[in-house]
Amino acid sequence: MENRLIVTASPHMVDHSSTRKLMGNVVVALLPSVVASAWIFGLRALLLIGVTVAACVGFEYLYTRLMKKVNPVGDLSAVVTGLILALNFPVGLPLWIAIVGAFISIVVVKQLFGGIGYNFVNPALVGRMVLFTGFGARMTTWVYPAAAQSVFENLDAVASATPLQLADAQGNSLLSQYPVMDLLLGVHGGVMGETCAIAILLGFVWLVATGTIQVTIPVCYLGSYAVFSLVHSVVDGMNAQQMDFAAALTAGGALLVRQLLAGGLLFGAVFMATDYVTSPFTMKGKMVFGFGLGLLTFAIRDFANMAEGVSYAILFMNLLVPYINDLTRQVPLGAKKYKKGAA
Amino acid sequence: MLKKLKRAALGAKVPHEKTTADQATVRMPLPSKIVLPMQQHIGAACTPVVKKGDTVQVGSLVGQAEGAVSAPIYSGVSGTVSGVERYTLMNGTRVPAVVIIPDGQQTQVEFTAPVVQSREDFIQAVRNSGLVGLGGAGFPTAAKLESAKNVNTLLVNAAECEPYLTSDTREILEHGDTICAGIQAVMKHMGISRCIIGVEDNKPACIQVLKQLATRCSNTSVKVLPSRYPQGAEKILVESLTGLEVPQGGLPADVGVVVMNVTTISVLGGYLQTGKPLMTKRVTVAGDLVQKPQNVEVIVGTPAIEVLQFCGLDTQQPVAKLLSGGPMMGVAMASLEAPVIKQTNGLLALSEKAANKPDMGPCIRCGRCIEACPMGLTPVSIAGAFNSKNTQLLKELRVDLCMVCGSCSYVCPAKRPVTQVMSLAKQFAQKEGQH
Repeated sequence: MENRLIVTASPHMVDHSSTRKLMGNVVVALLPSVVASAWIFGLRALLLIGVTVAACVGFEYLYTRLMKKVNPVGDLSAVVTGLILALNFPVGLPLWIAIVGAFISIVVVKQLFGGIGYNFVNPALVGRMVLFTGFGARMTTWVYPAAAQSVFENLDAVASATPLQLADAQGNSLLSQYPVMDLLLGVHGGVMGETCAIAILLGFVWLVATGTIQVTIPVCYLGSYAVFSLVHSVVDGMNAQQMDFAAALTAGGALLVRQLLAGGLLFGAVFMATDYVTSPFTMKGKMVFGFGLGLLTFAIRDFANMAEGVSYAILFMNLLVPYINDLTRQVPLGAKKYKKGAA
Repeated sequence: MLKKLKRAALGAKVPHEKTTADQATVRMPLPSKIVLPMQQHIGAACTPVVKKGDTVQVGSLVGQAEGAVSAPIYSGVSGTVSGVERYTLMNGTRVPAVVIIPDGQQTQVEFTAPVVQSREDFIQAVRNSGLVGLGGAGFPTAAKLESAKNVNTLLVNAAECEPYLTSDTREILEHGDTICAGIQAVMKHMGISRCIIGVEDNKPACIQVLKQLATRCSNTSVKVLPSRYPQGAEKILVESLTGLEVPQGGLPADVGVVVMNVTTISVLGGYLQTGKPLMTKRVTVAGDLVQKPQNVEVIVGTPAIEVLQFCGLDTQQPVAKLLSGGPMMGVAMASLEAPVIKQTNGLLALSEKAANKPDMGPCIRCGRCIEACPMGLTPVSIAGAFNSKNTQLLKELRVDLCMVCGSCSYVCPAKRPVTQVMSLAKQFAQKEGQH
C-alpha cells in the first residue's frame, strides 16, 4: 500500500505558547497578592479566594456542559477570573455573595457572550461592580488589618476606611501623611488584592518578564494619571493654599506617591486593564487606552462623588476598545492610501 | 520606537535547526528515473519537445519555454524518454511530465559559454539557462530582469531565514567565485551601480566569506541582519537593506531595486562561464526521519523518496509528512514519489509525532499575530472580516499584502490556522474584486 501523507497548509511548525501557559503566567503573577492577602488579612482570605476560584471554574464547567460546548476549563482563564474577582473582595465578604459574583462574571459576562475571547468587558470587573451595587455595605466592610494598628494607632476613628476614602472624606492632606511603607506592604483597609503594592509589582515584573503582557498599558495608565494628578495638586496648592510653585510641587509629589499606591489603581493597571480581550491590539491603541484610563481615573477620583474610579474607568475604556482598534491600526508595509468605496 | 508605532513587524522567533550547515554538499548517484514536470516556475508551462523513445543527453532541451514568463527545462541525465505523463502539481494544476530513464553514461551535449555584449544578450542568456528564483519562489529570472528597468541597486538575498534549510549557506561556502561572477555580470549588463548582500547574523562563516567577496566585487557591501523570520522575504529584505518600502501591488523595481537569491546569482555566474544550464539543485535533506541530514546535489527530476533513502530514511516508522522547502513556507507533498524540481531547496521527512500540530482553541484576541506580521497587517481583524465576507473591509485591511509567510500561525497561542485563513481571505477578496 502506498504511504499516505498528511497534506496541510503551511506553516508546518508552531511555537510552544498556548492559552493555558499565558493564563498560567497570570495565575503565577497573582500568587504574591494571594500570599500577601493571607498575611495581611488572615487565613480567611485564602478560604474566600479558594471558594471564588472554585465557583468560577465550576460555573464555567457546568455552563459549557449544559450548552454542550467544548470544556474550556483547561485553559485556566476561569481560574484567572476567579483570582482577580476574589482579590477584589473585602476579606469579610460572606461566601455566598462571592459565589453570586462568580456566577455573574463567568456565566453572565463571559459565557453568555461566547466564552473566552468574546466578552467585551472584563468579567471579574463587572462581577465586582455588580456586587458593589447590590451588596454595597458588605462589599465595603473593610477589615482593618491587625498588623497596621501599631503603626497608625492615632487614626482608629477611621479604622474601617481605605486610605482613599479617608482622603475623600477628610481632605487630601491626611492622605499625604499616610506612611508610604504601609501602602507598599498593604497594611491598611481595602479589598484583599489591592492593598499590597509590592506583591502587585512582583506580579507585574513576572508578567512582563514572561512576555505575557506588554508594559505599554500600565505605564501609560499610571504615567498619564500621575501627570494629571500632579498638575491638579500643584494648581490647587498654588491657588487655594497660596503656596509657591516649589512647595506646591513637593506637596503634590508627596500626595501623588500615595495616590498611586493606594486604592485599586496598581491592581487594576497591572491585572485588569491588560486583559487581552478587552484591551486594544496595537501599541498605538494601547497607548490611547492607557491615556484614557489615566484621564478617567483622575477625573473620577478628583472630581466625582466617589473615592475610587479605577473600575469605572476600565469598564468605560473596555467599551471603547473596538473603536480604538479601528482608529489605531498599524500602517502596513508599502500600503497605499485606501479610498472608501473604491473597488 | 517611532517605527514600532507604525507597525511592530516582529516576525517569528523560529528555531534555526541548521545542523547541516557545517557539512559539505554530497553529490547523489544517478537516480533510477527522473520526472520533469513541465511547470517548475511561476508562469506559463513548458511544451515537451521530446516523445517516448527519444534519447536525450545531459543538457538536452526537454521542455521549451512558452511566452515571456517561463523557463526552459533541460535533462540532467543521458538516457531514454520512457513517456510523457500527466502530473498533478500541488496546487491542483495538471501538466505533462517527461519521464527519462538514465543509461548511466551521462554523455553531454556540447556546452558553450554564451557571448554577452548587451543587456538583450544578457537577458537572452539568462532565459536559455532555465534559471528561476531558487530561493523557493520559482519566478523566471529572465522575466524578472527584463521587467527591472531603471534599477540602481542589486540586493542579494543570503538571509535564508527558514529553519533547517542550509542550501544557500553551502552555496556561499562552496561557490564564492561564481557568486562574485554573477554579481558582476548582473551589475554590468543591467547598469546597476551598487550591490548589497543581506545575510542573517546566525551564519558567521558565511558573513566572513561574503565580506571577503565584497572586497573583490566593485561597489558591493555586506549587511548583517538580525535573525528573525521572515528576514529573507523580498519586501522585508528591501526594507531591511535599503529602508525603502515596496509600494502595495508593486515590485522592488518600483523603488529602483532588484532582489536575487544568492544561489540564483551563483548558478547564473556559473552558466555565463560554462554554458551549462540549470540541471541540478542543492537540497537540504532533514527532518526527524532522516538519519543522515545533509545537503545533497540532486539532478532535477529525481523522486524525493530516492533522495531520502540516500540520506538514510528511517524505515522503522512511516513518513507522515513530506515537505518540499522549509517548515514555515514549504509545501506538504502528496506523494513520496514527487520529484525534486528547480526551486526545491529542502526535503523534510517528518514522523507522525513531528507532523502533528496541537489542537486549536478559541481566539483570545491577544494580538500576537498583529505584532508578528512582518507586513504590519491585522490577521485577527482580517479573519473576522473574512468570516463576515466583508470584501470592503478586507481591502481596507490590505489583505492583498499578505505573503503567507506563516508568522501569525507560528506565534498564535490558541494554535489557530491564522495563515491559512489569511490566504483564503486574500483569494476571496481578489475573486470578489473582479465582479
